[in-house]
Formats: sequence, C-alpha cells, structure tokens
Amino acid sequence: MKSVCFYFQVHQPYRVKKYRVFDIGNDPEYFNDRGDGKLNNRQILQKVAQKSYIPATKLLIELLRRHPEMKVSFSFSGVALEQMQQFTPEVIDLFKELIDTGRVEVLGETYYHSLAFFYSPSEFERQVSKHRDTVRKLFGVWPRVFRNTELSYRNDLGEWADKNGYAGILAEGWDPILGWRSPNYVYKPKGSQNAKLLLKNYRLSDDVAFRFSSRDWSEWPLTAEKFAQWVGVAEGDVVNLFMDYETFGEHQWEDTGIFNFLEQLPQELAKNSGIDFKTPSEVIASYDAKDELDMPHTVTWADTDRDLTAWTGNPMQRSALDAIYGLEEKILLANDLKLLEDWRRLQTSDHFYYMCTKWFSDGDVHAYFSPYESPYDAHIAYMNALQDLKLRLEKTSRA
Amino acid sequence: MKTKVLMFGWEFPPHHSGGLGVACQGLTRAMAARGIDIIFVMPKKLDVGAPWARFVFADTGVEARAVNSSLKPYVSGNGYARALHDAMIYGASLLAEVRRYALLGGQIAKEEQFDVIYAHDWLSFGAGVEAKRVSGKPLIVHVHATEFDRCGGPMGVNRDVYEIEKEGMEMADRVIAVSQYTKDMIVRNYGISESKIKVVHNGIDDSTEPHGAADRLRLKNLKASGYSIVLFLGRITLQKGPDYFLRAAKSVLMREPKVVFLLSGSGDMERQMMDMAASLGISDRVLFTGFLSGADRHEVYSAADLFIMPSVSEPFGITALEAMSAGTPVLVSKQSGVAETVRHALKADFWDVDEMTNKILGVIQHKGLRQSLSENGRREVSAITWEDAAGKVENVLQETLLAGVQ
Repeated sequence: MKSVCFYFQVHQPYRVKKYRVFDIGNDPEYFNDRGDGKLNNRQILQKVAQKSYIPATKLLIELLRRHPEMKVSFSFSGVALEQMQQFTPEVIDLFKELIDTGRVEVLGETYYHSLAFFYSPSEFERQVSKHRDTVRKLFGVWPRVFRNTELSYRNDLGEWADKNGYAGILAEGWDPILGWRSPNYVYKPKGSQNAKLLLKNYRLSDDVAFRFSSRDWSEWPLTAEKFAQWVGVAEGDVVNLFMDYETFGEHQWEDTGIFNFLEQLPQELAKNSGIDFKTPSEVIASYDAKDELDMPHTVTWADTDRDLTAWTGNPMQRSALDAIYGLEEKILLANDLKLLEDWRRLQTSDHFYYMCTKWFSDGDVHAYFSPYESPYDAHIAYMNALQDLKLRLEKTSRA
Repeated sequence: MKTKVLMFGWEFPPHHSGGLGVACQGLTRAMAARGIDIIFVMPKKLDVGAPWARFVFADTGVEARAVNSSLKPYVSGNGYARALHDAMIYGASLLAEVRRYALLGGQIAKEEQFDVIYAHDWLSFGAGVEAKRVSGKPLIVHVHATEFDRCGGPMGVNRDVYEIEKEGMEMADRVIAVSQYTKDMIVRNYGISESKIKVVHNGIDDSTEPHGAADRLRLKNLKASGYSIVLFLGRITLQKGPDYFLRAAKSVLMREPKVVFLLSGSGDMERQMMDMAASLGISDRVLFTGFLSGADRHEVYSAADLFIMPSVSEPFGITALEAMSAGTPVLVSKQSGVAETVRHALKADFWDVDEMTNKILGVIQHKGLRQSLSENGRREVSAITWEDAAGKVENVLQETLLAGVQ
C-alpha cells in the first residue's frame, strides 16, 4: 500500500500600506490601504477568493462526495482566517462545509504566520495557542500535526512538537539533508520520543505548484493521468504533496486547466491499485519511522536555498526583525489590545520576504510575490509603521 | 579586416564638463579592445591621454579660429534662448562653431580612410552628416541627450538645435539611444522610426575613478559630529532638478535637523539656488562645493549617506552609477534612463518632494536600508560595463555595414 497525502496552505498577510514618514504619529492604521494597487488587503482577498478559494473549495467538496476514499489536509494562518471572516465570510462557510465532511485534517501553525520560533519562543507559544483556539472555535477540530511558517524546520522544533503532544510535524524533503534517503517515508525527528516527521516530495509537489503551466517544461502539458503514473511509480510509503492552496486558480490560472487537473486526479490515482489517500495523522499512525533525521540548521520550502535567507538574508530584513522582536517586553507590559495586535500583525513573515533582495539568482519568484515597487520601498513603509507603533507604545506606557 | 570608425565627439576627459566625455572615453576604450579602429575627431586641440584611439583635432592643420573656451555643450535651451535674446552672441557663436565643425568634418572625411561614421550628440551631428555627404559612408548617431532633456521639457526648446538633432537622426543609418527613455523621446519628438533606434545603456569603468583618501572638504568632521550627508552632483541647471533637491532638503530638515545637503557642480542656476536655500531658511545646511573632479569627486561620493539625482529629464545619468560604485545608496528620478537599468536604487518622480523626503529620511534613519542599498548597488553596478555597451555598439556597426552592402 502507498499513500498520497495532500496538504494545502492558506495564508494572506495584512500587507502594510505605503506608510510614509508623514504618517508617523498621525495614522495608527497600517493595513487599511484602499487603493486599487496590490496593497489593498480587502480587494486582494476578494480577488483570490473569486479566482481560487471559492472554486477550489467547491470542487474539493464535490470531489470528496464523489470519491469516498479521498482525504486532504489544510493549514490556515490566523490572519488569513480573520480577513476571510471580515471580507469574504462565504469562504469561511465553504471551508466549514469541507471540514465537516470529517475527511479534512487541519494542521497547527502560528496565528500570525510568523518566524517567532526563531526570535521569541514565548511569543511563538502564544501564537500557536491563539491559532489552536481559533481553529477549534471555527471548525471544531484540534490540530494534532504542526507545520511552522514557510515549512521552516530544525531539530529543536521537532523536540518542541514532541513535548507538546503533537503526533507529527511537516518539513521540506530537501536532498542535501536526506542524502540517499527518500522523502517518501516517515522519519523520526532527532530528539523526539513520539512525534514523526513528514517530508514534502518537492519534485512532484512543484510539478503542480510551479511547473504546471510552464510551456518551457518538457512535460507540459501535465495531465492528471501522467501525474498519477508518476505517483504510482514513486518508491516508498507516502507521497507528500504540499503546496499553497492558491496554486489552484491564483498561481495557476483557471485557463491553464488546473481545476480540470485537480478534478481528474482522484480517479486517475485510483487506476493505480494500491494507492490510497491519507491525512498526515493517518500517515503517522500507519507507517513506522524509517530513520532518525538530524536537521540542526533551519530548512524551509523557499527558493533554491531552502533556508531562511529569503526572510533574514540582508541587513534590512535583519534590522526589521530585530526591531519588531525588540519591542516584545514593552508591548506585553503596555496591556493594550490594539497595540498588541498591530505588533503581531507586523511579525507576519511576508513583510520580511518583501524586503528580500536575492534577485540575482532566484528573483522572479520574489518579484512576483511582492506588492511593493522594490524591497527598499517595502522596508521604508515597514520601518515607518514600526516607528509609529513605537510612538504609540511610548504614549501608552507614559499614561 | 578591422572595422575603421571615424568618430566625431565634442569633449573628452580630463577636459569635460559632464557625462558625454566620460561616455566617449569608456565606450572608445572598450570598442578598441574589441579590435575596432577609432579615429576620434574633436573640434579643438586638447591633451587627451587615450592611447587606444587616434585623435584628430579639427582646428589643427586646417584654417580655423580657436573655439571660444567658455562654450559649453550643455547650455540649456532656456539659457541658450535667453542668451540669444540678450546678446545674440553666446548662442550664435556656439551655433557658428557647430557649423564650422561640420564643414571641417567634411574635410577630415576626405583625408581619412574609414568604413563608418559615428557622431555623438547634436554638437557633432553636423560634422557626421557632412562626412557622410562627402564620403557616402554610413552614419551612426549616438544620442546621449536631446534638447528636450536640456530644457526640462518642450518649453524653450531651441529651434536651431532641434533642427540639427532632427537632421542628424534622419540622415543617420542607425540611431543609438542611451536608454529606452531616450528612445521613446526620439520617436515622440523627432518622428524617427522605432526600428532604426537601438538602445545601448552606458557602462561604468572602475579604473576611471581615482580612489584617493583625500579629505580636502573635511566631510569626515561633519560625519563625526553626527551629521548625515545627502549629495547632489551634477550641473546646476534646470534639467538636473536642483530646485527639487532643495525643496526636499527643506522638508527633511523640518523633521531631522542633523543633515547637510551638498550641491556639487556648477551651472546657470547656481546663484538662484543659493538664493533659494536662503529664502527657505536652510543656508546653514546646504553647502555649495562648486565643480569637483578627481579625488574631490570621489571624496563626496564616498562621504555621502545618499546620492540624489532629481533630474527633470535625464537620458541616462552616469553619476548614479559612479555613486553606486563608491558604495553610496542612490535615489534617482523615474524620469531617467538609469532608473530603467538599475534595481538596487531608490526611485521617485522628480516632482514628488514628499516621496523623496520619505526616502531620504528612510536612508538616514535606517542603517539596514543603507547597508543593503550599498552592498547590492555596488555589486549590481560592477556588472554594468562598457564592454557590454561596446558589444552592442559593435552589433549596430555590423548591421549598418551589412545593410550598406545589400
């Protein structure tokens, strides 16, 4: 028996508007861009909902009805859920309907889709528990498997998940770490007792997420039949297909045929005897760990480096991260909910990603994902907003 | 067989007052390295240490009056028209000089052996056109700036200059523009067919910049006392937007008093800018250094925390590359050619003083931003070379020669 394990990531940050130096001290709203550009969070969410979340979720509901053996998993950032509740409540209803089938596992992550694990363990814990509460209230489920922002992982995160009762954790199946080992098995994180590690099969995942519509690719066009055969011949216990949910309809537009592909995939997979669908928890329960994996350095699912350099690689990013996490103690003491909320929204990893200047080697991906004119503009808007936050904090602390 | 180019220029380092001379130096050296023979013609005998090209001076060996040394190729249409109105001497004699250069160009073309003619900017276009008429060889004109740039818009464009530019581009077999920005302007304002124009961005040559450790201007003292330095370097003329620089300075100083703004260069708006700084009440924070070259120029580039090029219309803007190569963050106007070639630079519309203020303060206040711009900018600019530009020019030469054969 071999299993296919789908995990889709749903995330939308609160993008900082073009916050200028003149706004400091005058405008405490950082995320309320109302223009027609790429910083209007409401407009972006509505667009992504129309192109991706709504049609993809309707299709998945239909597919689960048609294929009783099919299962998938999701991870939702808290800031995405919050924005959907505010701007597109119909999407939340669709996700509820999907999860109510009982065949969708919801994973745990940080509410603010942050890098807090690497900067403040206590803040990390608070964000994870806020996320857990939200998922429980909204969908009535309790996350048992964890995935950290950008699929970032290293040994101590595995240990943390283990200590905190998670059955497992997700990571990138990156060859330099795996060596001769295959991502298609379950592993044991170094230092953990019970928790297991599931690794993304990035080749097959990226065939769908990145290459699906690429006409330069020798395998274009990718049919569900062909893809199912590749999964069929893959060796190992489980093929983990991890990708952004926006792959369906937003990264790959409808006219690329991505929805048809998704629609046909279950029946094509079923043609290979001995393939089933499992959620991450089921994979963990079904297969023994093949080996222990030692990952002392952080691995992510980003670009060709698979590390954190897309978020922390240049002096702008590092100083912005130091500045935001440097405020923790005072913010917590201030006991001001709006201030706390803004501080946390400013921790979302996307803000630092927009400041990435690794344009020389793999810039296209970053350029595509940034709503700012340049990484420098992103930094200036962020630092201005942060300066205002500091002023507000000083005022509150004095009062 | 080596391709032989008869090239007409107007200025050449160390005798130059702007980017044209620097560009001619960088480009001819790189062309020579590719095996192209260059006869470089200038209107007037000058000492130039450029062994890679043979220099011919139009005023030697031919009957000619000496060129009035006060003449500058960058006289703006405005200043130019004003001069015409005021005295009918300054402008008239420049035009007369350009016309005489054209005639001498024809004579030189009769005496020299070459395959193709190449002329830089309107001052040399006449000579190029005349050489083509005399020899029947193809002509390439290289547009480093148009009259519309020099005037900062269509107002005050000098009719005679415009006609010389237009004739040069029409008579040319190929036109090289220093940027897409300039190409668009040539198509729009001169009616030249797009297919005839090829964009070749300028390069930058590390070795042309002297790297002295001089501190003649005592900028280190300023920095040691906690001041940030924001630099303008260029001709102080309408085209270069020094007035926008001062308005941004005023706006920055209202929020952050420990900043000194350097205006480096000379030009017909210098006096006006001094008055403006005084009336804005910021004279104590604005320093006028006059025209700088060599080690002094390098000193201001490296001392500055930010270099600003607020040009109203800038065909290219080589100074931005010079600043980047000194590791200095730059803020360039979007109305410039260089803005389309570099990514690791801040950009703003020249008229958007608020946005400039936002960015200037960003750079002054955030070390991470300064470091990232500096490191990335220096690396980016190291890949922008005259070798690349010369390679593209060589392709244009070959196309032109091939078209002549068919």
